[in-house]
Amino acid sequence: MSRTLWHFLIALLYLFLLAPILVVVIVSFDTRQYLAFPPESLSFGSYAKVFANQTFISAFGRSVMIGLAVGLAAVVIGTLLSMALVRYRFRGREGVNFLILAPFLVPHIVLAVGIMLVLAPMQLLDSYTGIILAHLGITVPYTVRTITMSLMSVDRRVEEAAMVHGATPFAVFRRITLPLIAPGLIAGGVIAFLISFDEATISLFIVSVKVSTLPTEIYNYLEVSTDPQIAALSVLLIAVSIVVVIAVEKLIGLRRAL
Amino acid sequence: MSGAAAPAQQMTGSNRYMLLILLVPGLLALMTTFLLPMVWLARASFSTSSMSAFGGGVTLEHYHAALTDPFYWKVAMNTLSLGVTVSFFAVILSYPIALFLTRSTSRWRGVLTALAVAPLLTSAVVRTYGWMVILGDRGVINSTLQSLSLTTDPVRLSNNTFGATVALVEILMPYAILAMLAGFGRLNPQLEEAASMLGASKLRVFWRIILPLSLPGILTGALLVFVLAISAFVTPRLMGGGRVFVLGTEVFQEATVTLNWPLAAALSVVLLALFSSVIVIYQRALRRLEA
Repeated sequence: MSRTLWHFLIALLYLFLLAPILVVVIVSFDTRQYLAFPPESLSFGSYAKVFANQTFISAFGRSVMIGLAVGLAAVVIGTLLSMALVRYRFRGREGVNFLILAPFLVPHIVLAVGIMLVLAPMQLLDSYTGIILAHLGITVPYTVRTITMSLMSVDRRVEEAAMVHGATPFAVFRRITLPLIAPGLIAGGVIAFLISFDEATISLFIVSVKVSTLPTEIYNYLEVSTDPQIAALSVLLIAVSIVVVIAVEKLIGLRRAL
Repeated sequence: MSGAAAPAQQMTGSNRYMLLILLVPGLLALMTTFLLPMVWLARASFSTSSMSAFGGGVTLEHYHAALTDPFYWKVAMNTLSLGVTVSFFAVILSYPIALFLTRSTSRWRGVLTALAVAPLLTSAVVRTYGWMVILGDRGVINSTLQSLSLTTDPVRLSNNTFGATVALVEILMPYAILAMLAGFGRLNPQLEEAASMLGASKLRVFWRIILPLSLPGILTGALLVFVLAISAFVTPRLMGGGRVFVLGTEVFQEATVTLNWPLAAALSVVLLALFSSVIVIYQRALRRLEA
């Protein structure tokens, strides 16, 4: 096969892969009330409508808050677990490792039904605590992965040197270890935020009205209508993703983090 | 990795206390978000009470309902065929990209890799919407066909299994690419050079060297896409327009609309069983491949 033909094929495949995102961006500037292609004329009308839509604005706010809480909690829990797994040899270590990876091995929809059954009797369905807990289980594996990688590349001799000079274990962690693992910490936190921010499957089982997130609102909207407002909203979500992708790529490399 | 040189800490009294502090929050979180849900799920699937996991007695009625109703057999068959079709096309379309990225020496390689896996980090709901725009009755493809006067009536590309399949293929491709990139470590340009120096044609080099060496990566990609496809529900539901019935959509229906939680739990267990058996088959295949 000639080289040009090969590169043309690759370009086509990339086009297929990125087509829905490109199309959403184009449609978001359409002026019409209904979904059609190509746009008749371009405007920011859909964006104006999104910013005037109280349902979407408040759902966006909730999604950000939930994402931040999930990111922070997943980083704290992930750091503690990574410290234990990297720095200690103990009985049951394999078990802990398995428990961290296990949520990867179960389909989200199955996990969603299970979490729904656990949260319901505690009256936690459609509550902030409930949705944050639900998202924690699927994000902790990612933070443990990025933080463990950072922790393994820390030179223990630096920590020992600080210890020899009289630093307390906590001071060593705060002044030496923490700055060294910061990229992994931030990358993990950012990924956890984004997973929570974009998650629809589990959220749809846990939330309904009170703490509906942006993806669940979009899903509910799409079941009835597909007007360009959703395209504008989608572009805003894609923008958040792009910021996160660039941040993670710069911090530790996207391929290592996913 | 200089950190590995230092020995892991020996267990002393205070160390053990420290370890406990490190482990307890994480274990508690994973217990409530993973272990308990799995136990509750199993229990609920046998429950006689419709809205709680532990109320009422034990019954096999929901499994009986799930396994004897011809509708659910149809649903299971739909799920399997969707999974097979989606993973077949996702692998075929991802393989050239992964191969290109592995062998590329271009300075754009990093950017192109990021571009290929970045869709993973955009919401599946958003990308599903993108496919609604492309495949809809007044969407990109239909309006192009009509403006070229190739058709007068819109061609039905969405609100059916076709639409759900196309969207799922694209949404799951980044997973396949990622799995292949990780699995193509054994590909070695020197082997290819050696083969072509010895007179092998390009096709022969591909058939006898590149393909066999990349088979483990292909298999992992196929498995990943398959298990994600059979458990998907947002994309089949939105792209299917309520006319595509797979296990995912039925679990959602029973859990949130019909509110028959034990049946939702039983169907989830069926899905999990399907899921696990595929993984076992995959591991057998991989072992045979490596032997």
